Amino acid sequence: MTRYIINRILQTIPTLFGISIISFALLRLTGDPAVLVLGLMASEESLEEYRQEHGLTDPVMEQYFNWIGDIFRGDFGDSLRYHEPIVKLLRERLPATMELGLTALTLAIVIGVPVGVFSAVRWNTGWDIIIRTVVLFGQATPGFYLGLLLILTFSVGLRLLPTGGRGGFSHLIMPAVALSTFMVALIVRFTRSALLDVLRQDYIRTARAKGLAERYVVYRHAMKNALIPLITILGMQVSILFSGAVITETIFSWPGVGRFAVQAIHARDFPVVQIMILFMASVIVFLNLIVDITYAYLDPRIRFN
Amino acid sequence: MDKHNQALDTATSDASVRSRTEPSASQGEAWTLSRRRSRVVSSFFSSPANKAGLVIIALFVLAAIFPVRWLPHNPTIVNPGLRHTPVFERDSEGALYLIGTDHLGRDMFSRLIYSARYTLAVMVCSVFVATVTGVMAGLMSGFYGGFQDSLISRLVDIQLAFPIVLLAILVLAIMGPGFINLVVILGLSDWARYTRVVRSATLSVKACDYIEAARAVGVSDTHILLKHVLPNVASPILILATLAMARVLLAESALSFLGLGIAPPASTWGGMIGDGRNYLFEAWWSSALPGLAISVTVLAINFVGDGLRDALDPQMERQRTAE
Repeated sequence: MTRYIINRILQTIPTLFGISIISFALLRLTGDPAVLVLGLMASEESLEEYRQEHGLTDPVMEQYFNWIGDIFRGDFGDSLRYHEPIVKLLRERLPATMELGLTALTLAIVIGVPVGVFSAVRWNTGWDIIIRTVVLFGQATPGFYLGLLLILTFSVGLRLLPTGGRGGFSHLIMPAVALSTFMVALIVRFTRSALLDVLRQDYIRTARAKGLAERYVVYRHAMKNALIPLITILGMQVSILFSGAVITETIFSWPGVGRFAVQAIHARDFPVVQIMILFMASVIVFLNLIVDITYAYLDPRIRFN
Repeated sequence: MDKHNQALDTATSDASVRSRTEPSASQGEAWTLSRRRSRVVSSFFSSPANKAGLVIIALFVLAAIFPVRWLPHNPTIVNPGLRHTPVFERDSEGALYLIGTDHLGRDMFSRLIYSARYTLAVMVCSVFVATVTGVMAGLMSGFYGGFQDSLISRLVDIQLAFPIVLLAILVLAIMGPGFINLVVILGLSDWARYTRVVRSATLSVKACDYIEAARAVGVSDTHILLKHVLPNVASPILILATLAMARVLLAESALSFLGLGIAPPASTWGGMIGDGRNYLFEAWWSSALPGLAISVTVLAINFVGDGLRDALDPQMERQRTAE
């Protein structure tokens, strides 16, 4: 187990390295930072002065390592638009995103797992078919479109809920539903097929043969094994959540990091976007690391493969 | 090649049993192949969802190739006087606007059909880019192993870790929106799935005796990869590529919605939703209906993709018979 964990941690190092290189390269592709900061009208002398001051005349490799060094020291640079440290700007907006993301994730698990179990237990009955159809629609509807439909129905039509902004529960409900729908569909599908797989195995037949109640067989024997693979898609969920948050926050004017990122891109505030990509990708890498280790801990077969 | 068909058939139960009892080897193989093919086809068409999916996809393709001059209205001519004409409404000359007009007075129905071609083109080209890149990387990674394998596997990890929408938004913001840029970024955001599947399939094929035999008689690596390994991974690639169409369509519509799609007056359905988004209160149809077109198309593609998987994937087939 220790060996597996060490191996797995070592694997993340090149991945993080690659991510940092791509993030760095992306910023350089956006053009001369001096021009971005000082504007197109700046004189050649002031541009040159800025470049000297910020080490932009150094070799690219050196610039990269300086940048990485700064990040390790906790200096993530300043926003071009707000002239404030990026960390501070992100920290102000992170709670809003966490609120939305965690609500959506909770919704997805609380709805998705029981519905998936129900669908598997009632395999091929009317209920199962209805659930599968709804799930297919859920997977086929883009989150931003669902968001617009919700706004059309509950804000424009029924005038029940606000169209956007962050406030109480009434502000949270529509974005959370729009963000979680795709995940709910995914979790229902996954839970259903995982449970069906397990229910076909010999030990379940044995459990049934020795006369255990069906309820006991499903919840005590089958669920234990069926829920393990569910952990693996949690890593995936977070990736969906990040991408979804960017769109959902934009539609519902939710003041989180996703909307901030889109605004930063439109304002050509690229250092902010660079740090956000680095941040999101690192979070996904670390979560996948934790997921893999948990999975290996729960299912010993993984460790020896 | 023959061996590969046999190997596939071993998994698909009864056909292989019969092929072994068949007297003439060459006859038997041809017979098995055609039987397998007809089994796959009949299994695919036995599901009403698959048939419905194919019909919807056919309609989508038909809309995409439909000549512009046969459309009821010109989809690109701006007509401010007809701005936000409601559904089923006629103008002063009695021309019908079946599903209304958009904020520039353009007929929504004509525009929906006109946009289908761009939607389809972006989707197919992106999936092509993703498939070719992903399959090549997967073949190399699985077949050669060693340094290339580690390098490609790390690249897969990196790709899977990137928040795709954000990356795509950034790249499109830097390079500027446009057809080629959209296709490249969508294609490069989806190759890793193929690489994973193709790599593991290649690893198992590589261990087969006939690959060893082909090498022994001096067949080149490229030839082995293309003629012996690739056919063995064709089914999973086909399934992945079909389902990828749906995924790419969703991703493209999100990007177009944010205004990073192809240049106007051309548009995709996602772009049309984005256009209508600011007029939710005045004209619900201008954003709701293109979205419906996306949902229905994605649903149809998913039906067909799942149907293909059930028909082609022997393991799923065995599970179904077990049920």
